[in-house]
Amino acid sequence: MDTNNNLIELLKKYEQELLRDWIKEQLAAISLHDNLLTEFELRQDATDFHNAFQLAIQGGGLLDIREPPWEKTLRLLDNITKSRTRLGFTPTETARFIFSIKQPLFTLIQKEFGSDVKILGAELWAATVLLDKLGLYTAEAYIKTREEVIRRQQDEMLELSTPVVRVWDKILALPLIGTLDSIRTQVVMETLLLEIVRTESSVAIIDITGVPTVDTLVAQHLMKTVSAARLMGAECIICGIRPQIAQSMVQLGVTFADITTRATLADAIRYAFIQTGIKVARVSRQV
Amino acid sequence: MDQNMDRIPILRMGRFLLVTIQVDMYDRLAMALQDDLTSKIVEYHSRGVLIDISFLEMVDSFIGRMLGSVASMSRMLDAATVVVGMQPAVAITMVELGLSLSGVRTALNVEQGMAVLNGLVAHEVEGENYDSEE
Amino acid sequence: MILKSETLELREDNAVVRVRQRARALAIEIGLGLVDQTKIVTATSELARNTVDYGGGGTATLDIINEGSRRGLKLTFSDQGPGIENLDLALTDGYTTGGGLGLGLSGSRRLVNDFSIDSTPGVGTTVSITRWI
Repeated sequence: MDTNNNLIELLKKYEQELLRDWIKEQLAAISLHDNLLTEFELRQDATDFHNAFQLAIQGGGLLDIREPPWEKTLRLLDNITKSRTRLGFTPTETARFIFSIKQPLFTLIQKEFGSDVKILGAELWAATVLLDKLGLYTAEAYIKTREEVIRRQQDEMLELSTPVVRVWDKILALPLIGTLDSIRTQVVMETLLLEIVRTESSVAIIDITGVPTVDTLVAQHLMKTVSAARLMGAECIICGIRPQIAQSMVQLGVTFADITTRATLADAIRYAFIQTGIKVARVSRQV
Repeated sequence: MDQNMDRIPILRMGRFLLVTIQVDMYDRLAMALQDDLTSKIVEYHSRGVLIDISFLEMVDSFIGRMLGSVASMSRMLDAATVVVGMQPAVAITMVELGLSLSGVRTALNVEQGMAVLNGLVAHEVEGENYDSEE
Repeated sequence: MILKSETLELREDNAVVRVRQRARALAIEIGLGLVDQTKIVTATSELARNTVDYGGGGTATLDIINEGSRRGLKLTFSDQGPGIENLDLALTDGYTTGGGLGLGLSGSRRLVNDFSIDSTPGVGTTVSITRWI
């Protein structure tokens, strides 16, 4: 297509000018964040992108940025977006990296093809469509990075809120606090099973005193965990089932039949001691 | 011919036999294992079999069935079976799959498995005179 | 969109092991966690076995696919065997015609995100399973 070649030639001819003007546009826009991003870094990013951009257009055309020639450019955009997202840039500021190319590029296109309205139109349109696609890609990359950050924070919170405690030799306790959702329950249960193996504990006490509600899905996960532990050779005891929970579970048809349950943690520990052959005796203190 | 086929090694540990499954299971291997186990149980008058599956990264219904068969055959020959070392990911998957391994005892590791076997055999020997056993 | 694809013959017992190993490798490649890996490898084993034992042999195709931004591992098991008369029955736990545990189809369905089966008596059976990241 002619547009392809026209743009390629244009980019080659006005390489330095475009880069210079683009950087100027960016610097003007991000003055609020100049502590976070140095001019040096900005120039570096712009130059890298400019080079990749040129290569990509030469290699693959303007229509589909998912084609292989655009691979490198997109990876570059991923990295630039990621670091800016982490620095606290807004989605608009991050997308501006791309959109700020428009003004200088259009100026050049006008300069070069201004005399022929038809070509001018075609070039401007092609450039706009391409830059819009790249800008949107940046926005999506931003969202993905934010989601990664949120997910990591959730994982960290998860770890903090579900510690597996070693009560005694071969006895673990897992005090669950707060509402259990399906995903959290799965993660917690996997952690418990791994701890069972690591500590060689043949008894695990799951204390749900701190859980306000248990729905069918969560109850199912609990039962699956108990079954999995049993398959591995460990026994799970569920304790701390409050009256309301007992009622709602029976109403839901969940019976916990076949699973050892105890009202309190103390009762569960007492049972665990018996199972593991521990005898507790009161010794009189010598004064 | 069977010369080049892997066979799963069976170790004798006193009154018990220890089998460690470290390779991917397939039909002929499973058959060979069952044959070898049953003949060794008889040969050594073994009272128990420990099957260590800590190297298995997957247990499907075929392997589940094999473990169940081994347990049944051993029981008929008066030996107890304990399967040890199941990995958490495998256990979780088996539960989802619906494999319950009923009729098969399990323990966390070889040490705890031995304790189970010793416990099972101990109260049998009380009151009996087995002077020429070991 | 299929990013990567390989097809393996499933004619005899050893082939099941090979397909399992490839499934594990690809599951690791797309970044599935250990539990999810184990689930799809186990489902693979069940279905591959079915293909060999009941389907008279066939093929297994392993595809790394993507749909929008999510990636997945898709396996398709195909045979030209006798086919399944009553699919509903075949998909219930415990139903078996060959002395197995009857968990192959029904169990596999629970282990994956997407499951589809197409079977015509006298023509053959194709089962597809997918696990997404």
